Amino acid sequence: MKAHFFERRLCLPGILLLSLLGFACRSSETEKPGGETAKEIIVSAAASLQDVFREIGRQFETRTGTRVSFNFGASGALQRQIESGAPVDVFASAGRPQMDALASQGLITPESRRDFTGNALVLVVPADQALELKSFADLDGAKVKRLAMGNPKTVPVGQYSEQSLTRLGLWQQLQSRVVLGEDVRQVLDYVARGEVEAGLVYASDVRAADSRVRIVARTPANSHDPIFYPIAVVRASRQPEASRSFIDAVMSDEGQRSLEKYGFERVR
Amino acid sequence: MIWSALRLSLIVTVVATSLVVVIGTACAFILAKGKFRGRELLDAVITLPLVLPPTVTGYYLIVLLGRRGLIGSYLYELTGWSVVFTWWAAVIAAAVMALPLMVKSARAAIESVNPQYELASYTLGKGRAETFFRITLPLARRGIFAGIVLSFARALGEFGATLMLAGNIPGKTQTMPLAIYETVVAGENKQAQILALILTALSLTAIYVTNKLANSRTAGLY
Repeated sequence: MKAHFFERRLCLPGILLLSLLGFACRSSETEKPGGETAKEIIVSAAASLQDVFREIGRQFETRTGTRVSFNFGASGALQRQIESGAPVDVFASAGRPQMDALASQGLITPESRRDFTGNALVLVVPADQALELKSFADLDGAKVKRLAMGNPKTVPVGQYSEQSLTRLGLWQQLQSRVVLGEDVRQVLDYVARGEVEAGLVYASDVRAADSRVRIVARTPANSHDPIFYPIAVVRASRQPEASRSFIDAVMSDEGQRSLEKYGFERVR
Repeated sequence: MIWSALRLSLIVTVVATSLVVVIGTACAFILAKGKFRGRELLDAVITLPLVLPPTVTGYYLIVLLGRRGLIGSYLYELTGWSVVFTWWAAVIAAAVMALPLMVKSARAAIESVNPQYELASYTLGKGRAETFFRITLPLARRGIFAGIVLSFARALGEFGATLMLAGNIPGKTQTMPLAIYETVVAGENKQAQILALILTALSLTAIYVTNKLANSRTAGLY
């Protein structure tokens, strides 16, 4: 009797659940438009490219009909994902070492590789901060209790920042006051929220936080390796053609104009 | 790096668990015995970090405790000190994440104590406090013990909210889970493996030993 009662009670919800599941599966299959299989590529890109790649991606989608999904993060983390076989089609890094590492393992298509843009490293402070900072030299004091920068072990912006501070002779004093962000957007967020007195980010990131941060100074260009962004097709990609045309879109005049609009610097 | 992360993790976990045991047991008692409006709502709020993504909990903590946060801004104005990026932030994050586990098991344990014993204690002239510490707590100790073990393990493994509130500062706020994340991303696989193994062994031992302890104690009593 009891068993029967439970069967009856569970029957209806069970059927409902199963039909829901079936519906969910069906609807994801029929999502592709007009019979032909819609192409989709996955682009792993450095966190600093978030806004501009979204724009380039939209342009690309409307022109080609190929869907672009982005996976933004620390270049180092994205590199590890590709090394462990993540199904990525295109990789755009904020630094050459990450791309070099993949190239040396034969994980990217060498002919597809391009340096598509450049960037500058800037010192930023919260816009409404009372503390007056005018240059890098002002970091050399007790006024700055905390300085945010990228983690040199995992993100290119951290590597550039460490190089710069070392060459400016500030690394020794500042090291104990440094807060490491896991990607450049986290560093920017720490500054924008006023949790730190200053931070080192890319010039192109400052617009992402609009009016909440203020640029104090640009790092001297020779204080760190030049900031180049390489892009390449991942060798394991199942959509090499679509991936290559995405890179073409980034290199095109339209793509380069978007990059400049977002504060990146054209590679000459 | 391994040793500083391990030491920090242990300190943070022990402090967080101690806080959770005291606060959690008190909350559990109030929830189990108290009769007031919004009791279940309070329980739900305490339980929330168990089901929310740690990043959401971390975000709320920042909104509350950040230098410009609802509470943090007053603290900063008064003392010039902010909890963010200090090891206290790691303690707070771990404690908030572990609290629901403590409260859940302790509440269930306290509720399952036969009220006859407590009534008997009252009729013998014992006050509420004494009854709680000498009757309710000892009878509920299994559940409370389970709560402590789970909280300890949860606090030891806390990552998301810690990263958001305490940041990743080697030697200062870089606990084991954060060090593991960094070594994996940096491709230092050997270090990552060592750290992961240490953390696994530590968690396993903690749970195993306390389970053993709890079982043998109760076995001896009945």
